[in-house]
Amino acid sequence: MNFDFSDDQKQLRDQARKFLTEKCSPKTVRVVLDGKAPYDKELWKGLAEMGFLGVAIPEEFGGAGAGHLELCVIAEEMGRANAPVPFSSTVYLAAEALLIAGSDAQKKKWLPAIASGEAIGTLALFEGKGNPAPKNIKLTAANGVLNGVKKPVADGAISDFAVVAARTGSSGRDGDISLFLVDLKAGGVEVKSLTNLDPTRGQAEITFKDCKAEPLGAAGEGWSILTQVLDRAAVLCAFEQVGGSDRALEMGRDYALDRIAFGRQIGSFQAVKHMLADMYVSATLARSNSYYGAWALSTNAADLPEAAAAARISATQAFQHCAKNNIQVHGGMGFTWEFDCHMYYRRANAMALGLGSLSYWEDQLIDHMRKKNAA
Amino acid sequence: MNFDDTPQEAEFRSLARAWIGANAPKQYEEELRKSSLGRTQLKNANILEVAKAWQKKKADAGWACLHWPKDYGGRGASPIERVIWQQEEGAFGKLSGMFIIGHGMCGPTMMAFAREEHKRSYLPPLASGEKVWCQLFSEPAGGSDVAGLRTRAEKDGDDWVINGQKIWTSGAHYSDYGILLTRTDPTVPKHKGLTMFFLDMKSPGVEVRPIKQASGASDFNEVYFSNVRIPDHQRLGEVGDGWNVSLTTLMNERSAIGAGVSTGFPELFEYCSSLMLDDGPAIEDRAVRSKLANWAVKASGLRYTSMRAISALSKGERPGPENSIGKLVAGSMIQDVATYALDLQGASGVVSGEDGELAGRFQAMLLRAPGTRVEGGTDEIMRNIIAERVLGLPGDIRVDKDVPFNKIPTKGR
Repeated sequence: MNFDFSDDQKQLRDQARKFLTEKCSPKTVRVVLDGKAPYDKELWKGLAEMGFLGVAIPEEFGGAGAGHLELCVIAEEMGRANAPVPFSSTVYLAAEALLIAGSDAQKKKWLPAIASGEAIGTLALFEGKGNPAPKNIKLTAANGVLNGVKKPVADGAISDFAVVAARTGSSGRDGDISLFLVDLKAGGVEVKSLTNLDPTRGQAEITFKDCKAEPLGAAGEGWSILTQVLDRAAVLCAFEQVGGSDRALEMGRDYALDRIAFGRQIGSFQAVKHMLADMYVSATLARSNSYYGAWALSTNAADLPEAAAAARISATQAFQHCAKNNIQVHGGMGFTWEFDCHMYYRRANAMALGLGSLSYWEDQLIDHMRKKNAA
Repeated sequence: MNFDDTPQEAEFRSLARAWIGANAPKQYEEELRKSSLGRTQLKNANILEVAKAWQKKKADAGWACLHWPKDYGGRGASPIERVIWQQEEGAFGKLSGMFIIGHGMCGPTMMAFAREEHKRSYLPPLASGEKVWCQLFSEPAGGSDVAGLRTRAEKDGDDWVINGQKIWTSGAHYSDYGILLTRTDPTVPKHKGLTMFFLDMKSPGVEVRPIKQASGASDFNEVYFSNVRIPDHQRLGEVGDGWNVSLTTLMNERSAIGAGVSTGFPELFEYCSSLMLDDGPAIEDRAVRSKLANWAVKASGLRYTSMRAISALSKGERPGPENSIGKLVAGSMIQDVATYALDLQGASGVVSGEDGELAGRFQAMLLRAPGTRVEGGTDEIMRNIIAERVLGLPGDIRVDKDVPFNKIPTKGR
């Protein structure tokens, strides 16, 4: 047993941190936050040049062919920097769906373009309120064309292609759902940007009108593929959330050391110290759960669904906890647009919903624990 | 990152499994499996005797105190081998409860500070469970403020003469030896006037009185010292250096990480898996599932945090104050878990003991739980440790820090 990242992986993390410290300062994040750009194109290009976009994509498809553990350490740094780029949609969702279910031709078309930064991709799953569930998918696919509306779609307005979950049957079973690959630049779609909690990561509504689409994976296998994609993305997002938690905790700690009130550093008051200690506890539990998720992901262990749900719940809670208390430590200044605290608060709360809310993942966790116990 | 056993670890595991399979007291396994915080007795046997017999059997076969050097009664095993052993020992590991203080704290302190001849004579019977040790730190005037203790040690020839009182001493009533923190110089600031000893608990002048706890049970004691004589060669560390010696003890307590703290989660999950509520199985109820999931990730988070610590330990890194989170999280969690289990029982949750649900398992847990948030450092002390030693926040303002101990104001004493 060795429950830690290797020295090479830690080195990669340091490299990613150094790169993002230089190229993704809060000032550059604010360009997107203030609506002056839909995402940071320069940063996206840089991430491609560093090989980060294709780190888990096999070499034959233009990637670095490293693996998911390497992707986890990069994800942590992306979360820490609050990077305003479509990394999770493209890399955790679209690329993973292609890796799991794509034909050789589909992989050849899209994966090298993802690795090189030329193509942005996303997953179009949700249709309004509700968590991931076959019954919530109403968009239809028939004779190779899609009709329906997806909302919200993360990074939908800047995506070149989307993996779309569609209804191809009406038996009431998981087999009613199939996945499709849509070139969003080829017509048949209408894209509308939506205001959302976290302007550094866009959300869109996409209307498909007799839109041409090619199947991704076998017909009726959509739900099974989707749950695998969501499990993988849950682990990878958990690392972003862990990175964000750590950064929010550090910001709070630094401010508590710096700010003087009542003639003392506010970090010398137990009410503040204990609040920060509790943030550390959440962040540590989240990190440990995420490490187990990383191991399960990298080995494709039978435990992956349970590990992914645990990482997801723990990291979601930690990031929300650290982000909100970071504002509290900062007092009034934390509630200004000028201070960076709200960027993490926004990101934490948007991420808490992106792959389905906590109640979905709580159900996943308990279902898988029950199955394991029964076995 | 790898969760699987290496070939050597797999070999160690099968060796341990085979030995445990052939030697463990299986007649108690089911009962031990069902025991939990607040209820650790055996119905038809004295658990102390069963525990001592199991420990001796392990020691004779080289399975006691795995991480200790062989010369002192251990096996010289790696931290990971220790974890593997604990996984394989399973429910029988609950029999180690009475030895935790001795093996986790007293032994390592003796190893670091006792004379070689004392180590060779005292440590092997401690490892084998033939002799039980306790730790005499807390006092009525020094709980969280341990360094505020008042038990005096005065030099008289080659002996020290001890007078005073300790409190909350786990297992003093069945202990043969103890490590004792005393004040040898009240004229210097409080941390500087302390000295550590070990002593025979049967020494004349030692009186042990059990404390009846809020739970009704008596796991702890008051210990009174009246002119107890301890020879100077039983001093641990320098005169006046007792605080540093005690920090070694406490640091080792943290490195006893593999021991694992009880969260109550496995008990609650098992309970909810078979419990029927008015509207159907508890495990299918949305509210129950949400509670379980939230506790599940705390329990797994603690488990994996300790595995990360063990990985660091096996690479030669020192266990740090990060490990304070285990008790902090588990302490309040087990209290909440017990409260929730009773809530699920409705009005009948009030019935404790044999007539209660699951023979009062969660009722006993509820009544014992407040102690877990206090013993070994209160939740508040744990948060201070994390805030100061991990996050680097300023220490609390200590008005008595540079004041000679005998000039610190006291009230009513």
